[in-house]
Amino acid sequence: MGLHLARLQEEDPEAEVKRLGLIVNPVAGVGGRVGLKGSDGAEILRRALELGAVRDAPRRAWLALERLARVRDHVEVVTWPAEMGEDEARAAGFEPRVLGTFCGRPTWAAAERDHGHDVAALGVAGEFVLTSPADTEQAARDLVAAGVDLILFAGGDGTARNICNAVGAGVPVIGVPAGVKIHSAVYATTPAAAGDVAALFLHERPAAVRLREGEVMDIDEEAFRENRVSAQLFGYLSVPYARGLTQSAKAGGVAGEERALNDVATEVIRDMSPGALYILGPGTTTRTIMTRLGLEKTLLGVDAVLGGALAGRDVTEEGLLRLLQAHPAAHIVVTVIGGQGHIFGRGNQQISAPVIRRVGVAGITVIATQTKLLSLEGRPLLVDTGDPALDAELCGYAKVVTGLGERTMYKVGL
Amino acid sequence: MKDETPQEKVARLGRLRRDGGVLHDYQAPRWDEPFIMEQGSPGERGVLVPLAEDDVTAAVGEAADYIPEGMSRAAAPDLPEMSQYQVLRHYLRYSQMTLGMDLGSDISEGTCTMKYSPKMHEELIRGHKAADLHPWQDEETMQGLLAIVYETGQYLKSISGMDAFTLQPGGGSHAVFTNACVMRRYFEAKGELDQRNEMITTIFSHPCDAATPMVAGFKVITVMPDENGYPDLAAFKAAVSEKTVGCMITNPEDTGIYNPQIDKYVEVLHEAGALAFTDQANANGILGFARARDAGFDACHFNLHKTFSSPHGCEGPATGAYLCTDELAKYLPVPLVTKVGDNYHLDYDRPESIGRVRGFLGNWMGVIRAYAWIRTMGPEGLKEVAEISVLNNNYLDNLLMAVKGVSRPYAEGHRRLDQVRYSLEQLKEDTGVGTEALRDRMVDFGIQSMWMSHHPWVVPEPFTPEPCETYSKDDLDEWAAVIKKGSDEAYADAQFVLDAPHAQPIEQMRRTEAMEDPKEWAFTWRAYKRKILKQK
Repeated sequence: MGLHLARLQEEDPEAEVKRLGLIVNPVAGVGGRVGLKGSDGAEILRRALELGAVRDAPRRAWLALERLARVRDHVEVVTWPAEMGEDEARAAGFEPRVLGTFCGRPTWAAAERDHGHDVAALGVAGEFVLTSPADTEQAARDLVAAGVDLILFAGGDGTARNICNAVGAGVPVIGVPAGVKIHSAVYATTPAAAGDVAALFLHERPAAVRLREGEVMDIDEEAFRENRVSAQLFGYLSVPYARGLTQSAKAGGVAGEERALNDVATEVIRDMSPGALYILGPGTTTRTIMTRLGLEKTLLGVDAVLGGALAGRDVTEEGLLRLLQAHPAAHIVVTVIGGQGHIFGRGNQQISAPVIRRVGVAGITVIATQTKLLSLEGRPLLVDTGDPALDAELCGYAKVVTGLGERTMYKVGL
Repeated sequence: MKDETPQEKVARLGRLRRDGGVLHDYQAPRWDEPFIMEQGSPGERGVLVPLAEDDVTAAVGEAADYIPEGMSRAAAPDLPEMSQYQVLRHYLRYSQMTLGMDLGSDISEGTCTMKYSPKMHEELIRGHKAADLHPWQDEETMQGLLAIVYETGQYLKSISGMDAFTLQPGGGSHAVFTNACVMRRYFEAKGELDQRNEMITTIFSHPCDAATPMVAGFKVITVMPDENGYPDLAAFKAAVSEKTVGCMITNPEDTGIYNPQIDKYVEVLHEAGALAFTDQANANGILGFARARDAGFDACHFNLHKTFSSPHGCEGPATGAYLCTDELAKYLPVPLVTKVGDNYHLDYDRPESIGRVRGFLGNWMGVIRAYAWIRTMGPEGLKEVAEISVLNNNYLDNLLMAVKGVSRPYAEGHRRLDQVRYSLEQLKEDTGVGTEALRDRMVDFGIQSMWMSHHPWVVPEPFTPEPCETYSKDDLDEWAAVIKKGSDEAYADAQFVLDAPHAQPIEQMRRTEAMEDPKEWAFTWRAYKRKILKQK
């Protein structure tokens, strides 16, 4: 290789061993295959197993780790015992460092027998420790204390929420989609893709991977089982993404996405009329607008802006209706929340049907980068305001603001 | 081999020649060649310019005194000091480390229409009749060149169905920008520019169809494809309003899917008082079969350096031919090349023109090549170009679709015209080898690395071959064989493909993200010294 080309190549990446924290929620997803809409709690697990569910999260974690195994010599896996990571890591050829212990913990079968349930009748091996959200949270804290560079977890929205509770956005986290509910925007597209992102981030091309804030959403499973969806935005995890592995990093490279976000904010601000009230939904895209205006955004809540100044912080539905009474000329600015493509009805329920009706459908501006839209892989943007007539009105096409002077026609559906 | 399935055929082809396949066991030359700025020694010279004789100096003074004040350098330029031989050797070594355009197969460069450019055309533009022309020459003394420009325009008018032309733009995107300016001038003249400021394009059109109207001051609305791969007509209708300037779209788009209802989109625009432009940079699939005017378009363009055989980029240079209806003709850039009686003229007397878009006649070298090519082909030959391009593409498609891991999104069961946007999503999912890795592997067989897609990637892990009429059946077989070989290797030993290239002068560029970062990129020696070598 030419001298000058050698200089352009990266410094020797062989030198350093990076730490990967691994958390597997072994019961994640069991509810899904049998239509139980979530897997929280021992009762659901039993019902799921009775219905013939298979615990698939360990296999999905293994698929990701198998992909990561190509950089085995450069990555130390730190994890919790048995199915919470140790078993999967060993199966993929790693020698994990195991924190915590399940010593003295009864197996699920033993616990069930104590409650008088007939495990044998289920025809499944029950000799595993039933882990809980508290285990996930403790594992996340332990891993951070052990100085891991990245946490890879296999689970669903509940698992993501536990990790977010425990460690916030302090350490990068990538999810292997294994749950019933995957409304959060913290997962790689497939288990293998999660392994690829981790390999790039930890060893192969760290500079090609950037971190973004991914929404952690969760819905109330009880309500969900009764066919009521009540999704909330719980927080943000710091999620690595790389060109070619996550749809969202493809337009103009990783730096391009940050530029695009800035362009969207500039475009919205340029079109703002000084006398009108602007209701800004949650999300990092809307936060960019507030930041550009020199205002602090409530990341998980709804804020209102008037004449470039804050008119309301973390406003409730009632608060919004009050504001609208005083300032009838108003606009709503929302972005795609979570991985499913919702613009109303998930994580921004404060912007309720009455609020939207008061503002008027013409007053809605949907913003998103083009890559965010492409990550929906052709699925429509979704609305679920709880008001079927309004939902029908919102359906059709939105002129989504996707850049400076740029709109993209995008389908809105139910 | 009559009953051979496509799968059996690619399996047979996808081996090295010595193993009975069609792949070259290629090894690129490799020179550990320093930059030219790092070579040479003080005092060495390529050309020794003799000093002026004494009586010359006595008569006219020192040559250096003729340099205007403020234009002479205080210090000598920091250039390497080398002999002619050293310079020649340096660049020959570099040239050996590239895969020249006539050396490997350019089927890889989809959307570019990389066809063979006859070498005889170089004689035409490099001979003294053309090369000795001066841009300030009087028009009476360059009637030959003006005749070629004018006649080429007449051919393009009949190919497109349009009424008027300019060959001034210096490239495809430049012609597309010219269109945005013409449309702006049209609505300015109608007094509607305050009302109309939105241009519509589609996600699978060339990015210049979005970028150039933005430069012209318009907002741009992008329409996504429907499940058939066509621009979503309902979304298109929803995008059109009293604010619409027009559309700037391609057909077929990058997917190779021809939209047979394109006239419906044009109707929607015309009903709203807007204009319609179609980007025909690459017209290989429709030449002689579909005319922009017949679908109702008001304007279109061609790249003479794609469809009409002139080479691309620095080999060209490029020429964008812009054509429009009589209604828009008065806004075309000046000067227009016109014909009165037997004489050709440069018409500057066009008060409503958008003005110049390029100096003099533009890149007329490309026009001469295109003229020669059109004359050689004749009307039936041009039609045959489209026929062979489409046939080639569908032959290649048959082989590629037999390769494991390759898919062709959208419009199942519909034939593509001259190119296809494929996806390696399955290969990536199965093996970790995606389009970038396969691209880096195929150059090991002496085949140009493949064009993936314009940004953003709507099709995951995309690649876009375009086997235009230049290529023989053997060429198509070889290209399919490379993809087959890459797929086989990915399933057998993914890491080997991920580490490619193995037979090239340089290894994989690992830090391509530096190319996107102004703090890191270095396009000049001075920037390279400062940013990479960390020298002052």
